[in-house]
Order: sequence, then C-alpha cells, then structure tokens
Amino acid sequence: MHATLKSYIIGFVLSLLFTLTAFSLVMYPGFFHASYGVIVPGIIILAVIQLLVQLIFFMHLATEDGPRWKLAALVSTIGIILIVVVGSIWIMNHLNYNMMASPADMNTYIQSQDGF
Amino acid sequence: MEHATDDKHIFGFWVYLMTDLIIFGVLFAAYAVLQGNTFGGPSAYDLFSLPTALANTLVLLVSSFTCGLAMLAAQSKKVNQTIAWLAVTLVLGATFLTLELTEFSRFIAMGDSWQRSAFLSSFFTLVGTHGLHIAVGLLWIVVAIVQLKLRGLTPAVTSKIVRFTLFWHFLDIVWIFIFTMVYLMGHAI
Repeated sequence: MHATLKSYIIGFVLSLLFTLTAFSLVMYPGFFHASYGVIVPGIIILAVIQLLVQLIFFMHLATEDGPRWKLAALVSTIGIILIVVVGSIWIMNHLNYNMMASPADMNTYIQSQDGF
Repeated sequence: MEHATDDKHIFGFWVYLMTDLIIFGVLFAAYAVLQGNTFGGPSAYDLFSLPTALANTLVLLVSSFTCGLAMLAAQSKKVNQTIAWLAVTLVLGATFLTLELTEFSRFIAMGDSWQRSAFLSSFFTLVGTHGLHIAVGLLWIVVAIVQLKLRGLTPAVTSKIVRFTLFWHFLDIVWIFIFTMVYLMGHAI
C-alpha cells in the first residue's frame, strides 16, 4: 500500500486496537477468563501483528519496488536478533549448571530444578 | 536521476535503522536474561505502572500517525501543513519524553536507580536508549522545521522528512516491544 491518508488511518486504528487489547488482557485477566499462561503468548502475538501492521501501513514495506532490498535487510536483521535473543536466554538459563561448587552440588541442583 | 539518488539515500538510511534494530535486540536479550535478578530490590511487578505505560504508548502511537500526515503533506507540496504536523509530532514526542523522565526520576527518588540491581541496570539501559533516540528525533524535527521555513520543500528537505518519518515509525515499533516485553509481561509473570 502506497503512502496515502487511508493507509495511515487503517494502520493507526489497527495499532490502537491491538494495543488496547493487549493492555486489557493483562490489566483485567478475570474479565477474559484467561490465565497468564495464555495471556503472555497472546500479547507477544499481538505485538508481532502490530509490527507487521506498522511495517505495511506506516512504512509501506509491502509495496517496495523492484528488488526488495529493504525487505531482505529486514529479514536478515530479524534472523540475527532471534539468534541473539533466543540464544542468550537459552545459554544463560543453562549456565547455572556450570557454576556450581562441586559435581555433587551440581547433581543436587539439577535434581532440585529438573526432578531427575 | 534525482529519483534514483533519493531511493539510494532512503535505502542507506534503512540499513542504518537495521543496525540500530540490532542494538535494541541485544539490549532486549540483556533485559530478558537479567529481569529476574532483582538482588532483593523491587521487581518489574512492584515498580511499573501500567496506566502510565499505556499513556506513553498512546502518545507515541498518535505522534507516529501525525508524522505520517506530515510526510503526506510534504509529498503534496503543502509547506505550512507539513510544518503544522511536524510541530504536533514535536509536542507529542516531548510529552512522551517528559512522561518517561518523570517515571525515571520517581524510581531514582525511591532509591531504585540503575545501581540497585541487574534488573534495573538493564531496564534503564534499554528504555533509556530508546528515550535517547526520541530526544535525537525531537532535535531532528526542530532542524526540519527551520529548514522548511528557510528553504521550503526542496527535494533535499522532502527527502529528509521521508527519512525522519521512517526513523519515527521505527521508534514506535521498538516501543511496542518495550511496552509488551517490559511493562505488560512484567505485570503478567
């Protein structure tokens, strides 16, 4: 969609809708009969949808001409970010195993954490 | 030829935005790893006020919309309308920054500065870096308004406004993730 007043209005209304939905889900979970186990993935999905909405309606990424260099740069950047973020969380959550005083302590820790 | 050069400038700016996105990605990773390490201090749940965060989010979203309107006005060669929408964006951006700095100074006054815990260090670094970008954006709006007054909508000035618009939308997108991952998830976990 090229830069038009219509595209900005659609983008703005959709963003507003997703923001208020995410806020209400966290603020009034009882109203939606939802637990935080459902709400947390839900608000992450809402944030990703809003990212797409703004890329399309505000930054006009969907109507790029010719070779789509902007899209290519964005996709590879998101790839790097996912590796860094997921990798960091993964490594740091397991690093505790290697920070114990002795192998015996480590076994106790693993048993208490993971139940085996 | 003019058009081709302009496209190149905008793509160059886009590549800068992508590297900036990696900075924010790394800061998000640091925050995700450190958010539980409160060192006996307040947690995200104790500290953050969701209505304030929502107010910040809405102010920034509206400013993202008005800067888009400024770009549309620039494309249809309406100088005064462009200046007016940029001025609205400036006021909204300044409101956002004021709300954020008020929140920061409230935390610091309670003794919960970046020195309190690893969680707060990573919080202030992530949200502060975003705030710094907003401050630079505000300076950019002022410069753009002055150039519009002096030179009008020359191709160079129009191209600058298009790039500013990309920058401002980019900062709104980063804020959506700060709002979700820091404020909302801090309340939900």
